[in-house]
Amino acid sequence: MTFINYAAREINCKIVYYGPGLCGKTTNLQWIYDKTNPQAKGKLISLATETDRTLFFDFLPLDLGTVRGFKTRFHLYTVPGQVFYDASRKLILKGVDGVIFVADSQEARMEANVESLANLEKNLKEQGYDLKNVPYALQFNKRDLPTALPAEEMYRQLNVKGEPTFEAIAMNGTGVFDTLKAVAKLVLNELKKK
Amino acid sequence: MATPDLVMYEEEYQQIKDTLQRLQVDSNAKIVFLVDKNGQQIATHGDMKGVDATSLASLTAGNVAATDGLAKLIGEKEFSILFHEGEKDNIHISLVAQRVILVVIFDEKSSLGLVRLRVKKASQELERTFEQLLKKAEADRGNMANRFDSPFAEITDEDIDSLFSE
Repeated sequence: MTFINYAAREINCKIVYYGPGLCGKTTNLQWIYDKTNPQAKGKLISLATETDRTLFFDFLPLDLGTVRGFKTRFHLYTVPGQVFYDASRKLILKGVDGVIFVADSQEARMEANVESLANLEKNLKEQGYDLKNVPYALQFNKRDLPTALPAEEMYRQLNVKGEPTFEAIAMNGTGVFDTLKAVAKLVLNELKKK
Repeated sequence: MATPDLVMYEEEYQQIKDTLQRLQVDSNAKIVFLVDKNGQQIATHGDMKGVDATSLASLTAGNVAATDGLAKLIGEKEFSILFHEGEKDNIHISLVAQRVILVVIFDEKSSLGLVRLRVKKASQELERTFEQLLKKAEADRGNMANRFDSPFAEITDEDIDSLFSE
C-alpha cells in the first residue's frame, strides 16, 4: 500500500525481501546501507537474535530523490527466513508494494527455495494479493559458491511470471542494486496505472 | 490490491496536525505521533530532536502488528491500547479507526490517566478526519478526469532511472 502525501509531497513505498533462511536478505540490506550516502538513508534496524539470525525484521528507509516534485522514499524490510517464524512473515507482508525473492544458489538449498516461494504465494494470498500482480523480482544469490546450480536450472524451478531475474553475490554487492532498482521501477510504474 | 492506498490531502493533514498539537498540550506529553499500520509516519508534534522518527514509526507498527497477532491467537479482536512503562519515559500506543496508530510519549510531568483521557478525545477527532479523508480519496478514484491530473501518470523511465544515478 503506497502512502501518497499530497500535503508533504511524499510517496512512501514498502518493499519486502523474502526467501529461505540464510539466503542473504539481511546481507542485501546491509550492502545497500553501506553504499548509500548518509543523507539518503535512515538507520538500519535489525531485530535479530544473538547469533544474528533475523527474529522479526530488518528495516531500512531509503530516500531516492524526487519524481515529479514528490519525494520518493522506499522502506525496505526483510522477513525472518526460518520456517517457524511464519506468523512474523505474514505481518511484514502487510501493505507491501513490491517483493524481492532472494534464492540461495547452493544445490542443497534448492528445496528450501521452492518451499519459501510457495510460502510467499500462500501468505500473499492471505493478505488478498496475488504474486502474479505484485511488483516482483527474483535474485539468485551466492553465485560465487562452487556448489551453485546453473542459473537456467534455478530459473526453471523458481520463475513465476517471467519476472526480472538477477544473479548476485550480496557479500560483495554484485546484483544488489540492480535487483532493488528493478522492483522500484515496477512499483513506480504501478503508480502510473492508478 | 488488498487495501486502497492511503492518500493525504492538505486540508486533512492540517486537521490532523491541529489535533495532535492539542493532544500534546492537553496531555502534557513530550511527543505525539501518528503512524499508519504499515509503519509509514503520517504526522508528529512535539520535540522530535534526537528521536529517529522513521524507526519509531516502523517499530511501532511492528509492535502493534505483533500484538494484533497475539490477540487473534487467543481469540480477541484486537488489543486497542498498548502501554510501555520506562524509568523516565513512557509510551502509550492506541489504534484509531482500525487503520492508524496514535503514539504518545510522556514522562513524569503527565500521568497515564490523563493521557488515556485526552487520547480518547483526540481519537474521536482523528476518526472523523480519516472518515472524511477516505471519502475524498474514494471520490477521487471514481473521478476519471482526476486521473489525468495525477502527477504520477506522466512518470517516465528516465524519471525513474534518474533516481538511481548517483
